Amino acid sequence: MRTLLAPLWRQPLVVVLLLLSVFGVGMIYSAGVLEVPSSVTQGLWIRQAVFLGVSVAGLLIVCRIPTRWFEWAAVPLYILGVGVLAVTLVEGTGSGTAEGIESFLAIGGFRFQPAEAAKISTALALAALLAAREEPPLYLRDLLMPAAVVGLPLVLVLLQPDLGTALAFGGIFFAVIFWAGTPWPLILFAASPGLGLVLAFSLRVWAAYIVLLAIGLYLYRFRIYLVESVAVILANIAAGAVAQPLWNSLAEYQRNRLLVFLDPELDPRNAGWQLIQSKVAVGSGGLFGKGFTAGTQKRLAFLPEQHTDFIFSVVGEEFGFIGTSVVLVLFGYLFFRMITMAELAKRSFAGLFIFGILGVWLTHVFINAGMTVGVVPVTGIPLPFISYGGSFLLMSWMAAAVVLALATDDS
Amino acid sequence: MTVLNPQALRRAAMRARIVVVALLGVLVAVLFRAQVLRSSDWLLQSQSNRLRALTVPVPRGVIRDRAGRVFADNVPGYSVSIVPDRPDSMVSTLRRLREHLELDDVRFEELTAQARSGPPRPLLVSIDAPFDAVAALEERRSRFPRLLIESRPKRRYPAGGVGAHVIGYVGEINESEVEAREGEGAEPGWIVGRSGLEAQWEPTLQGRPGIRFVEVDAAGRIVGSFAGVRSVTEEPGTDLDVSLDLELMEWIDRIFPGGMKGAVVVLDVETGGVLALYSAPSFDPNVFAGVVERAEWDRMVRDAESPLYHRAVMGKYPPGSPWKLATAAIALDLGVVTPDERLPVPCRGSYTFGNRTYRCWDPEGHGSLDLAGAIQHSCNVYFYQLGVKIGLARLLEVGNRMGFGAQCGIDLPTEAAGNFPEGPEFWNRRYGYSPREGEALNLVIGQGPNDQTPLKMAQFMLAIARDGSAPAPTLVPVETGGAGEAGWRLDIPPEHLEQVREGMRRVTREGGTAYLSSLEHFDLLGKTGTAQSGGGRPDHAWFTGIAGPYGEPPEIVVVALVEFGESGSRVAAPLVAKTADFHLRGKYGIARDTIQTLGEYLRAGRNTDWARAPRR
Repeated sequence: MRTLLAPLWRQPLVVVLLLLSVFGVGMIYSAGVLEVPSSVTQGLWIRQAVFLGVSVAGLLIVCRIPTRWFEWAAVPLYILGVGVLAVTLVEGTGSGTAEGIESFLAIGGFRFQPAEAAKISTALALAALLAAREEPPLYLRDLLMPAAVVGLPLVLVLLQPDLGTALAFGGIFFAVIFWAGTPWPLILFAASPGLGLVLAFSLRVWAAYIVLLAIGLYLYRFRIYLVESVAVILANIAAGAVAQPLWNSLAEYQRNRLLVFLDPELDPRNAGWQLIQSKVAVGSGGLFGKGFTAGTQKRLAFLPEQHTDFIFSVVGEEFGFIGTSVVLVLFGYLFFRMITMAELAKRSFAGLFIFGILGVWLTHVFINAGMTVGVVPVTGIPLPFISYGGSFLLMSWMAAAVVLALATDDS
Repeated sequence: MTVLNPQALRRAAMRARIVVVALLGVLVAVLFRAQVLRSSDWLLQSQSNRLRALTVPVPRGVIRDRAGRVFADNVPGYSVSIVPDRPDSMVSTLRRLREHLELDDVRFEELTAQARSGPPRPLLVSIDAPFDAVAALEERRSRFPRLLIESRPKRRYPAGGVGAHVIGYVGEINESEVEAREGEGAEPGWIVGRSGLEAQWEPTLQGRPGIRFVEVDAAGRIVGSFAGVRSVTEEPGTDLDVSLDLELMEWIDRIFPGGMKGAVVVLDVETGGVLALYSAPSFDPNVFAGVVERAEWDRMVRDAESPLYHRAVMGKYPPGSPWKLATAAIALDLGVVTPDERLPVPCRGSYTFGNRTYRCWDPEGHGSLDLAGAIQHSCNVYFYQLGVKIGLARLLEVGNRMGFGAQCGIDLPTEAAGNFPEGPEFWNRRYGYSPREGEALNLVIGQGPNDQTPLKMAQFMLAIARDGSAPAPTLVPVETGGAGEAGWRLDIPPEHLEQVREGMRRVTREGGTAYLSSLEHFDLLGKTGTAQSGGGRPDHAWFTGIAGPYGEPPEIVVVALVEFGESGSRVAAPLVAKTADFHLRGKYGIARDTIQTLGEYLRAGRNTDWARAPRR
């Protein structure tokens, strides 16, 4: 066993993930220390610790799987993942704090989120697809297939409806095409319909944006087909056109979440509550925090979802700016480490996959930590390795295992 | 397989690092701003978030009588309120509360409206919840998570109806009062004095409630007390020691003619302090201590007997014969007569003035009388002649100077002024004719446009008992801040005043109208009155008396009025005599007895030699 584990401990990636995960178990313990007895949050840290043990064991197994297998299995796993997501849409159930989002699938009493596994299989499939190319995607049409590969599971997740996870799939797409060498203007054009959708709230802003986009396309005219330029403009116009109907089709709570992002006081009792309470918790933590388990906002149940989506607020309240900075620095180190691994990878498949996972985690960290201080709208998306959630922790570790396996493959 | 050269890879990795640093850098920057730069703001908000100011109710000051007996004190009570929340859930809580708390429809609608539109402060459902309801609610705490049950002192009046008018009662503060008294920290649910001394001394009795900070959870449940943040120390209400004698008032309540209405006033001659202020019928002020049942309130207000009406200070009655003493005092003050002087016309049962004949009550006539004799026999003819000597203008002038058209200035929130013509122009204004000189002849015997409160008559008696001057009667001794301004002063030589008292003394002597009300141990001086009430109803019975040990200056003033009591000598005089006897026996350590007056001695078959023996 010692010989089996020894090389792993020398992997900085594993050390960082263990630090984050153990810290996460501690924070979940703290999240259960409340003045108001709640059966939901007490003892969850033990479950999380058990899952951490299972995850580490899983890592030991997965990182020994020959890396070729991942490439071979990429497409079947992808098809399986999409299939299970489709089943989830029909059979799925909500869970605990995210009752409205039917993202869980129960098999023999064990409940898990297929989307977490689908992130890995999608990253695998996308990496396989782009690794097979002879040159980087230089035209928009080169991005059509990759977009379809990511778009399918993304739409299925969006239908659950789970906006946060859908954004993570977007993270996979952009991170992977970036690493595949796609020129950045092309990435921007690919992302532009999304931006157009958001900016459509004001006709004037949106019109100015379309003009800027057209100028950009004109400047880039030698590297883009005219039909592609037209397609980009049309896509943006379409996005602007569907913005209003789409907005109207959103559930009220979703609309409120977006509105209170702009002004939390708009609805301080309901939609704005989470954001205000989270800001109060984080801000009142100060430089050094109120101490482990001593966060008053958390103890008095002002802080919502304190063990899952808002665990970072507990970190902020109890360990202050020092605590939040250390966590972000650890994540930063993790991401740097992954970039280096991708850089040094012998095979482009490995680098592309690592970037896929990097895209997922970076999206999660930025949105999760960002929403606790109001940088991004409140979206139900957990903080990797720290938030409570068995299948999420396990799948994150499995992703890490594949990253490790691919990065250490010398063949 | 994509063919990226190592250089391109390095450049891409560099860009990726820049993106990572940029994104995480934004987070760190925002966190730095929130947690370091603006931390104190958030810390403050975190405290206000979880700390709630609770009012610490203070007990109202206790009201005690001259011997420390309690008129009003406090017992523990419970208030039930709903912590602010969304209006719908407050109303639903309110609806469920009705299973345990009695809430009539009107009150329920009021509270619902308050919950929907009122300011976001606790909704006070009940200021006096019954103990079993509170116990039931505490058991079902989980069903009522946002309920606030607080212990708060509740007013109690151990003496019940005795003294209810003078002590007053309390009630819940209303919205405009809350605004008016914001500076004192007033808030809904405050119990404030509504009448009597409770209202007169409201700020003193009220005290100032404290503010305590408690830690609450997100659902508003109180988790613990919090000592760290500023809190206001409560100041309990100041106790009030009044000059009243509860025992004496209970005695008056016992001897007051059953089923009759009226008032009794007892003053201490030396200080002008009020020993008893009694009004019948009375009411139970304890009814008002909690939430007043609307039906109960309506019943009391509509009651034909007007139990809430304070007859001793608000009731105005024609003074009748006792006002002859005022006539005598005015005449002596003006010097138009000397006490020994016998007036020219002896009483033959009537007196002719102008072209009108004025009758004496006794058609037999009283013959030629001096002042004391005229008082003893209540001879109208003597006083008619005094009236002619004084003249209408001077009668009105001195009468007003003595305050018969004014209030006594007692330290109570409400007091009626007497009705007394302010001058001859009164007749023009009221009746449309210039007064004839004969108007004075009606006034001098206590008839005509002259109505006085029992308290005013008592104040006048106080002047007779003293040196012709009388201060405003006080319920709270002046040293502790009572109303102490001087009343009025008559310029009457002491020996003349003694002649007036001699006349009053003879009223309870053999041959006097109140002989049967004379007392074995104490000298009762007085004047009976049987005043026409008008409207064909029975006359009002008056007795205005002063009393003290034989041969000593008088010590107390006792005035009794019994509405439609028919006879001053039979109904009012024994009431005054027994009241004075009860008080003075207590004061001089003589065993009290229910057999007190000569009449009672005779009926009880006791030795009455004392009634004929020469005294003083």
